[in-house]
This record gives sequence, C-alpha cells and structure tokens, in this order.
Amino acid sequence: MSTTEPSTHPPGPTSWAEVHSSAEFRELRRRLRVFVFPMTAGFLSWYLLYVLLADYAHGFMSVKVVGNINVGLVLGLLQFVSTFAITGLYVRYADRKLDPLADKIREEVEGEAR
Amino acid sequence: MNTLAQSLEGGNPALNITIFGLFVAGTMVIVFRASRNTKTASDYYAAGRAFTGPQNGIAISGDYLSAASFLGIAGAIAVYGYDGFLYSIGFLVAWLVALLLVAELLRNTGKFTMGDVLAFRMRQRPVRAAAATSTMAVSFFYLLAQMAGAGGLVSLLLGIEGEAGQSIVIAVVGAVMIVYVLVGGMKGTTWVQIIKAGLLIAGTAVMTVWVLGRFGLNLSSLLGAAVDSSAGGDSLLNPGAKYGASETSKLDFLSLGIALVLGTAGLPHVLMRFYTVPTAKDARRSVVWAIALIGLFYLFTLVLGYGAAALVGADTIKNAPGSSNAAAPLLAQELGGPLLLGFIAAVAFATILAVVAGLTITASASFAHDVYANVIKKGKVDSKNDEVRVARITACVIGAVAIVGGILAKDQNVAFLVALAFAVAASANLPTLLYSLFWKRFNTRGALWSMYGGLTLTIVLIVFSPAVSGSESAMVPDADFAWFPLSNPGLVSIPASFFLGWLGTVLSKEHLEDKHREMEVRSLTGAGSEKAVAH
Repeated sequence: MSTTEPSTHPPGPTSWAEVHSSAEFRELRRRLRVFVFPMTAGFLSWYLLYVLLADYAHGFMSVKVVGNINVGLVLGLLQFVSTFAITGLYVRYADRKLDPLADKIREEVEGEAR
Repeated sequence: MNTLAQSLEGGNPALNITIFGLFVAGTMVIVFRASRNTKTASDYYAAGRAFTGPQNGIAISGDYLSAASFLGIAGAIAVYGYDGFLYSIGFLVAWLVALLLVAELLRNTGKFTMGDVLAFRMRQRPVRAAAATSTMAVSFFYLLAQMAGAGGLVSLLLGIEGEAGQSIVIAVVGAVMIVYVLVGGMKGTTWVQIIKAGLLIAGTAVMTVWVLGRFGLNLSSLLGAAVDSSAGGDSLLNPGAKYGASETSKLDFLSLGIALVLGTAGLPHVLMRFYTVPTAKDARRSVVWAIALIGLFYLFTLVLGYGAAALVGADTIKNAPGSSNAAAPLLAQELGGPLLLGFIAAVAFATILAVVAGLTITASASFAHDVYANVIKKGKVDSKNDEVRVARITACVIGAVAIVGGILAKDQNVAFLVALAFAVAASANLPTLLYSLFWKRFNTRGALWSMYGGLTLTIVLIVFSPAVSGSESAMVPDADFAWFPLSNPGLVSIPASFFLGWLGTVLSKEHLEDKHREMEVRSLTGAGSEKAVAH
C-alpha cells in the first residue's frame, strides 16, 4: 500500500520526468490521443446531430421506413450500433497498440526498484 | 379502464412482499459472508480491488440501471412515446466518455475516490473538500430519485395509500440498505448489485420476449398497437410529444441530451467502481461488459415502454397510483398476472436497494477519506480502522437522510430527478476530471472554480427553473419565482463550468507541470498504481 501523498519519485533510479520525455512514453501518449480524441469528437458530434434532428426535424424523423418503423427509430437504434462498434474498435486498438507499450514502460519503471 | 388500476391495488401484496423478502434474505447471507474478509480501508472502500472485469461490469450495470431507468424510462416511453427514448440513448452513449477518456486513467491514478485523482496534482485540502462537496450533492439528488421511486412503488404494489404506511416501508428499505453497507462494505454492496443486475436483466428479457411474442415477434405491429390504443395516435412514434411544444421546450430537450451524455463519467458512484478491479485493463473490460448489458437493457425498455402503451394504455398508466412510473409493473400484471407482477415488483425494490447502497458507500467514502482523513486530520489518521469507522457512521447518517428525503420526494418523475443529478455531475465533476487528466497547465484554482462554480450554477438554475416553481407540474406549484426558462440547466452550466476551470487556471500563478508529468506517466502506464489485496 502506498501513502496518501503520492511519491514524487518512481521506485527505480530514473525520475518521472525522464520517463515522461522518453521516446517510448511519447509514442504511447501519441497512440492514445490519436485514437481517443478524434473518436470522442466523432461520437459526440453524431449524438448531437441525432438530438438536434429529434428536436428540430420532426417531419424528417417521422417518415416511415418499414411498416410503423420511422427514421427516428432507425437513427436511435443506429446510436446503439455505433456505441457497440466504437467499444469493439477501442478494445482491439488498446490490446494491440497500447497495452504492450504501457506494460513495457511500467515494467521498466517498477522493475528497477527490485 | 380503471378496473386494472384498482385490481392492481388489490393485487397480492403478500406475494410481492414474500418475493422481495426472499431477495433480502438471500443477499443478506452473501453480505455477511463477504464481511469476513473486510478488514482494511482498501477492503471496505474497494473490495480489496479483487473483482474481475466481467464481475465489475455486471456490478456497474447493477449500480447504473436504477429505478429511474427501469420504471422512469419505460413509463416515459409509454406515455410520451419517442421522447422517452432519448433518455436511453443518452444514458448509453455516455459510457463511451467513460471508456475512452476516464476509466483506465482514473484507475491508475486514484485510490478510493474522485478526490484522489484531483489531489494528485493540486493542493490536497481545498480540492478534496470541493470534490467531497460535489460528490455529496450528486449522491443527494440521485438518492432522492431512488427513494421517490420507492415511495411510488409502495403505493402501487402494496395498495398503501396512507402517509404512515408508505413512510414505514421506505424506512424499512433504508434500514436494509444501511445493513448492507455497514456489514458488507464495497464487497457486499458489489455482490448485491451483481445479483440485482442478473434478476433485472433476466426479468426484463422475459417480459420483452413475451411482449414481442404477443405481436408475432414483429416490432412494427407492436408499434401499431401502441398507436391504436393511444389518444395521440401516430405522435407516439414521432419525436416532440413531450418536448416539441415550444422553442423553450426544444432547448430543454437539447439541454437534457447534453447533460445525460456528459454526466455518466462524472457520477461518483460509477467512478468509485473502477477502483474495485486490480488493473486498468480490468477497468476497461468492466466498461465493455457494462456497455453490453446496459445497451441490451435499454433495448428491452423500448419494447416494454411501447408494450405498456399497447397492452395497458397510456390513460390507465397516467391514472394509476405512481403515474408513469407504474407502466412497467402494470405491464407485468397484464402479461403474467400476480406472480410476474410480484417478481417485477421485487426486482424494482431490489434495484432501488442496490443503487441506494452504492450511492451511500460512495458518499460515505468521500466524506471519510477526503474530508475526515485528509482535510480534518490532514492525512494523519491514527489507523485506517479509524477512517472506516467514520465511513460507517457517515453511512448511517446518509441512510437517515435518504429515508426522510424519500418520504418527502414522492410523486416526482424519477427519470427527471436523475437527470438533475446528471446535470450536477456533468457540470461539477467532469470538467475538472478531464482537465486534470489531460491539461498540464491545470491547477488548484481552476479546479475549485470549476467544481464550486459548476455546482452552484447548476443548483441556482434548478431552483429558479420551472421545475421548482411557476408551473403546474412544479415542486412548489403555488409560488412563482422562476426566471430561468429551462428545467434542465446543463446547456448553460456545463460550458460555464469548463470556462471557469480555464479562467481560474490562467488567473493563478501556480504551476504544477512537474506533478503533471508524474501523473501522466502513472495514468497511462499504471506504474505505481494501487494493487489488489491478496486474501
């Protein structure tokens, strides 16, 4: 158990600042941000578009597609589909691109203490 | 039409109580077993960080799928049609914010509470006090919503109309919840949530298949039948039935949508669940499981809402005790008679119980860990047991407040009350959390301005909104001191809180870039993070 006050120095001899400026860590941060930020912007915009359509385009949303199922219901269900899809994409990306690098850096930082 | 509502009152209260009693008895056994290994603060607050990703994911859905989701959304869809569906979508899409931006980084940097993450870089005492304040505020609104749901359910299922009888049942629910939290800590609470999530999802799945079966597994015929038995006709399927009346109500809809999608990742009882798993990777898997189960559940509520409109009828629902919250139980009675009604009623009570327990342990942890141990005792608590003792006392106090609040807050639509909790979470918590994780210049003044500013603004705007006074459906219908036109303040308060966080930061000379480097390395790699406790 660590103390409540976070330590200012990692367990090993290298300082946090050195790890932070290492090429590996910069690559890890780049990979995370290059996926997460555009994806967040994307799903928030798509959600906002849906809310605005439901709010101001009643006519369009009420158009029947099949039987009693209208555009509004289809777009709403597509929000579910996109949420599941983005979740799957992120998990795959994190497993392949983020975890191996993060594990490597963590072992370097923590391993030196032993 | 009224015969259904009356037969519901005369239903079979003894059966309902028996099924609920079995749930309480079963969970109590598990809670007492869980308590054997609860010794340290890490056990009490974070269940020793020993739950697996899937277990925690199921528990998260149990924590998140509140009475508001089950009773409120099904009722809103049954009565207002399409506009009720927005709640489901907002509540689900919001999980992507938690998945992509918050869950893993939070798990790696914190220990027990949201305050831990903020205190990492900033001056401990002021930011912990602020984080505890906003945690308490969100928990209070959310508790009120759950207890209001309990009150409505009591009158619906037990046919108890008298004030005294309802109050006694709410007090019993509160007392059971306090025992869960005191005895079982986070581990016991988590198991209660897992069991409840299983029952809730199984119960709604059966009802969904049953409803669809009545219409030949054809969603389109179900919608058609819902339209036929609704006074408004086709408008039940189209957006605008509730929020399309005027330009103000359209803005209100937008405001609600934004608060829902940004609120989840700032809910303290959701954030705290990420500390119950051993690593950030398990935190990610928890969210994946949670998204799958929550998404499935909201698809079920869509069918249940329209199913209630088709088979029970919107007028019967509106006139039933408990109003729109009665839609799902009425549908259960229509489908499977008293036995299914009893089961669904017990599940609804269990839902309230589990969510209230989760909120209580979060609020008590925040008070004991942030306020007592780190603000009052300045981090020098004699022993960890002392902190846990304070947490247990706080849990009793919060339980008492919840009981009183539940007795006072009956007859409010629970989905609306939860939406207010989301507005506070999105305004007071999320901006600070995101700045803290991603912006290196962020500092103490920015955090304080954003949290206190966002919290104050949200509450002031709610107090002076038509939800509190000046309209027929307001909490105080006889007075009119409303000047803010929207019922949900998110549209104004969330951007304002982001702005205040930025303004406070640049106006302060405090620079914490060194600490930020450490925090960034830790949050992205998990180096030096809290490990699981082996038993």
